[in-house]
Amino acid sequence: MLQLRLIAGLRNASNTIRSQAVYRSFSSLTKSPALIRNATQILSKNKRAVVQVFTRTCFHPGASSQVPLQASGQLSGYQLVQRLLKFVWPKDKPEIKRRVLVALCLLIAAKLANVSVPFLLRDIVNYYNGKAPEFLKLTFDGTPSQTIFTAGIATCIAYGIARATASLFNELRNAVFAKVAQNSIRSISRSIFLHLHSLDLSFHLNRQTGALSKAIDRGTRGMSFVLSSLIFNLIPTAVEIGMVSALFTGTLGPEFAYMTMGSIGMYGIATLGVTKWRTKFRHQMNQADNDAGNKAIDSLINYETVKYFNNEKFEADRYDHFLKKYEGASLKTTSSLALLNFTQNAIFSGALIGVMCMAGTRIAAGDLTIGDLILANTLLFQLSIPLNFLGSVYREVRQGLVDMNQMFSLLTLKPKIVEAADAKRLEIVDNDISLKFENVHFGYLPEKPILKGLDLEIPVGKKVAIVGGSGSGKSTIVRLLYRLYDTESGNVRINGLETRDLTLDSLRQSISIVPQDSVLFHDTIFYNLAYGRPSASMEEVYQAAKLADLHESVLAMPNGYETLVGERGLKLSGGEKQRVAIARAILKNAPFVIYDEATSSLDAITESNIMKALKGAVEKRTSLFIAHRLATIVDADIIYVLQDGKVAEKGSHFDLLAVDGLYAQLWKSQNIHGVAPKKSKEEDDDLMLELDLDKCCGSSSCNR
Amino acid sequence: MSILSKLSQISIKSAVQSSKHCFSSYPWLHKPISRTTILKTWRICGFGAGLGAVTLRKAACAPKLSKRIDHLRTTEDQNASMTAGELWNLIKPFFGWFFAAVVCAILSAYINIQIPLCLGDLVNGIVKIIKDESNNLRSHFEQLKPSALHLMTLYVAQSALTFLYITFLTVLGERMATKMRSDLFQKLLHHDMAFFDSHKSGELSARLNADVQEFKSSFKLCVSQGLRTFAQTIGCIGSLYFLSPTMTMYTVAVVPGIILAGSAIGAGLRQLSRRAQGQSATASAVSDEALTNIRTIRAFAMEKLESRLFDNELDKARAMQEQLGVGIGLFQAGTNLFLNGMILSVLYGGSNLISKGEMTPGALMSFLVSAQTIQRSLSQLSIIFGTAIKGWTAGGRVLQFSRLEPSIPMDTGVCIPYHSLWGDIKFEDVSFSYPTRPGHTVFENLTLSIPAGQVVALCGPSGEGKSTITHLLERFYEPKSGRVTLDGRDLRELNVEWLRGQVIGLISQEPVLFATSVEENIRYGRPDATDEEVREAARAAHVDEFVSRFPSGYSTVVGERGAQLSGGQKQRIAIARAILKNPPILILDEATSALDSHSEHMVQEALNNVMKGRTVLIIAHRLSTIRSAQMIYVIKDKKALESGTHEQLMAKKGSLYRKLVEAHNVDS
Repeated sequence: MLQLRLIAGLRNASNTIRSQAVYRSFSSLTKSPALIRNATQILSKNKRAVVQVFTRTCFHPGASSQVPLQASGQLSGYQLVQRLLKFVWPKDKPEIKRRVLVALCLLIAAKLANVSVPFLLRDIVNYYNGKAPEFLKLTFDGTPSQTIFTAGIATCIAYGIARATASLFNELRNAVFAKVAQNSIRSISRSIFLHLHSLDLSFHLNRQTGALSKAIDRGTRGMSFVLSSLIFNLIPTAVEIGMVSALFTGTLGPEFAYMTMGSIGMYGIATLGVTKWRTKFRHQMNQADNDAGNKAIDSLINYETVKYFNNEKFEADRYDHFLKKYEGASLKTTSSLALLNFTQNAIFSGALIGVMCMAGTRIAAGDLTIGDLILANTLLFQLSIPLNFLGSVYREVRQGLVDMNQMFSLLTLKPKIVEAADAKRLEIVDNDISLKFENVHFGYLPEKPILKGLDLEIPVGKKVAIVGGSGSGKSTIVRLLYRLYDTESGNVRINGLETRDLTLDSLRQSISIVPQDSVLFHDTIFYNLAYGRPSASMEEVYQAAKLADLHESVLAMPNGYETLVGERGLKLSGGEKQRVAIARAILKNAPFVIYDEATSSLDAITESNIMKALKGAVEKRTSLFIAHRLATIVDADIIYVLQDGKVAEKGSHFDLLAVDGLYAQLWKSQNIHGVAPKKSKEEDDDLMLELDLDKCCGSSSCNR
Repeated sequence: MSILSKLSQISIKSAVQSSKHCFSSYPWLHKPISRTTILKTWRICGFGAGLGAVTLRKAACAPKLSKRIDHLRTTEDQNASMTAGELWNLIKPFFGWFFAAVVCAILSAYINIQIPLCLGDLVNGIVKIIKDESNNLRSHFEQLKPSALHLMTLYVAQSALTFLYITFLTVLGERMATKMRSDLFQKLLHHDMAFFDSHKSGELSARLNADVQEFKSSFKLCVSQGLRTFAQTIGCIGSLYFLSPTMTMYTVAVVPGIILAGSAIGAGLRQLSRRAQGQSATASAVSDEALTNIRTIRAFAMEKLESRLFDNELDKARAMQEQLGVGIGLFQAGTNLFLNGMILSVLYGGSNLISKGEMTPGALMSFLVSAQTIQRSLSQLSIIFGTAIKGWTAGGRVLQFSRLEPSIPMDTGVCIPYHSLWGDIKFEDVSFSYPTRPGHTVFENLTLSIPAGQVVALCGPSGEGKSTITHLLERFYEPKSGRVTLDGRDLRELNVEWLRGQVIGLISQEPVLFATSVEENIRYGRPDATDEEVREAARAAHVDEFVSRFPSGYSTVVGERGAQLSGGQKQRIAIARAILKNPPILILDEATSALDSHSEHMVQEALNNVMKGRTVLIIAHRLSTIRSAQMIYVIKDKKALESGTHEQLMAKKGSLYRKLVEAHNVDS
């Protein structure tokens, strides 16, 4: 029993001695049991105070707001087509214009050749039907038979050439116009891609990558289809119907034209009616398709977590659930399509029978020839080919307009942060840059203010640190400096100029940041390092890597700087990734550098090496450190302690310790971490044990 | 420039000539056809080919903007093609629908074959009326009535059958696609970690969505159009033979040539299609990665660079698609030319036979319509062939990942019963390097022990493989030599699902959250947990403190990959998730690195409670969190360089651990 108490006493005594050593640096203490006991009690009291101080509201940006993908700016169909045609007929690209003209000429040629085919066919049949008996009668004369034979061959060849020419023109038109369509799609895709990058951070925090990719992809496909359908399908078909009706009136009689127009009218009305009815099924199908795509992408992107928890079956079942919805909606869509096809076929077959009956009656009356019958039949039959696609073209054009609307709506999303009309470039001379927050109030939501009258200054060439609990606004300061958000009131000034008066490009070029959660691209280490400044030379990249204590590690890899890092840099350890981010920021060589928990994943030796290197790097440069580990900011020129959206304390490390306020409590808690609070009675017992040890030890080497 | 100008002029001339054909066809009867017209027609074909050549040459000169794109580009796969057996395996579960669709399609084709014959009868009847020139029109018109009614019946029947087979085919296609996607998704999730190391998620989702969609569309079109087209072709050839054996022989002689030429061109188009699809996937991957890493891009003001990269890849995709389009266009143009030549021979032969009196006008009409049906069918065949090429390629790309089997099977192996599971872990002479970096050895003869129920810590410099020990323990990878044992049994004998699902809980230094609510993210640890259990775990991990202050509370959506939470908040959610899972072995990989001291203290208390009675492995740089461990291993130089308790390692002179601690204290 005494042995056990002795061991416990030794452990506690050791802790007490360590605490005492801390105090020896700041105050003179004598070896006195009473003072030791008092120190222990003070520590216990401070621990409770520390706990109380850090109980506060936590809030982070965008937690409960969702920016819808189609936030604003619904465009009408007419506006969409207008915007689309702007790309088809661009003023600054004569080649595109030329291609459009060539395609249209080929289209006209194809249609003219197409319409001429039935007439040639009529002539063929009329000729032989009418001439055959005479030919038989003229068996004695060689010359007429030669003439007839030659004429027949000529007509047949003309017919074949007309058909071949029509097909050839169509295919050539497709080839010529392909470049126009693809060029338009490329221009628009690029515009949207660039525009998305200019949108606020709040948009990107809320949007889903999968839905965004789908919107762009479906929009570009819709664009392509609307383009080709409108120019090469709908309008030419309308023209062809007009031509056929005119030809009917001219050659067969107006009643044929009436029958044709009536049938096509019924056909069109039925088609559009059924198509509108089917649209809601198609919307359901698209929605289910989006849901399935989003779930799949979410799981694939987070595959590590799926594997950690062995939830592959769970994910597959969830995906299958959405696939079932898609299957049901798709079945409805296609069943209604089959019904539409049946309706169209019935109407058109009726029209064909009607025309043939009318023609038969006229033939019996002697007004028409057999060739005319075949002419009518063939003309109407040829009309059925484009009309077959009327329903699907209408539906696809409508769907294309919807998809284009969704895609172009992305272009109408305005970034909340816009440059002023008279924005000036931020000019930094010799890295002289100072920053100031003046009575800044800001909150991501109106009812949740984060910064409440923040006053803070970062002078030229100084190392400034910000500390505080989670949710006290440290990262918000960085976002306001980058102007990812605008303050509600108060000013953020750089070199005396408000950030609102500066161009965003020059503002962000002047700031380097090492984020806590660094992300690497799927490329070589060299590329990831050089991303800070793509124009840097190899020597500069290597130098930055050395400063970040990364050079030796990289050379130890088999491929050195050409080593590939996986998607989102998964093959590097957390510490290695942070060092890449540090090197990247060093390479950018901006006058102002922000380190946001830059070394949280590093061991103490590596951290120490980097901090020494960074001292050289940040010399003559303004820098801002955000850290939880106070050891990394001991040498800061100014330390701001944030609490409840304000600066609670300000000063150097030693100044703040002398004040014995929040910072001092943080400092103490970090250095005595792991010491559990004890009841006062037990403490007394431990101290007594220690004293007993002093008495028992008789060796001359004992200092107690 | 000059090519386009000439092409424009020629097209205008041809249009004028076509107009002349339309309105003044009689002069053709009196003079032979001009050679100039034929030559101009061929010249147009030549210009089309030249245009294609120009496009091809332009595409080959595209410069490379960055090495980064080369890594995103998918390599051309030799296995990206489907076999007939695989296609049958897709159809087999739904054979009933397939059979019904086939029967209806064939019946529809049969009716299509009957229509020209019926039409011929009608024409013959009309001709008789004209020749008789009888005054009794009523009785003659009555004779036409049966033929007309017959024709109308055929039309209606054809429409009904079309409705049926399209419906059946839709059911078949949709169910096949659903099963295909579901199977592929399951396969993807079960692949090794090394698979995900070398494949981008954007590419995987493209296979899952776009390629399955393309395969389904191609399949439905090929069955609906292809089957009917084939049946109609065979049937109409039979009709032709019935009408006129001589002319049929002439016609059929042309067909093999068309088939051979089509096959040769089709092979080239197939390869072109494969390359075009690969390039489209590359462009998609570029935009996906850029949008995913938006914060880094924004921080470095690199929006313009990203746009240029994307623009470049889009341009390459466009060029390839243009090549493919021109190729298909030329293919179809050639096919149409041949088929129209066939019509020409029909007309030539028919006119000859009529002049000899061996054929009636009605028979010629029937023959002509049947021949046109064959022509239209074969034209559709060429389109179907192009679609089949794309579908076959897309199906191959989908199945390519399905064919891969993970080298670490998930559902085999034994499970240790709960009552005899102690959690004693040993690494015995383990050597390892990552499959994607075989030349870089992470461990060489690593030996360490994690006794049951004890807390063991790992520390050491960055990049020495501390997290790799976790990966080996979770069996994401296999050791190259040596073995990892649990309670004396090699991990290779144990069931991986059970190991990851029930035995080991991992809290990672970079917790990844899904784009759903806080509650659902915590529930991920055990999907069947009740609301109360989720809240309990949240309170234990101190998640409740910040979540209860959100306006939406536990229903707050955390954004994609938890983008809307701070690092500390994400780690606490991950800790709650592991608490909910309640595994006997717990791995903490820098679990508190993103927390401030106050939060760390609170979470450490929670973890201390969770760690009781479990085997715990801690990986940390914060030495304060591992001071209390019962055993500490210092990992360096590919092995466990030092081991012991905190006191033992501190007492050892010259130890790396002591240097780490002293460096830590010096900064303090």
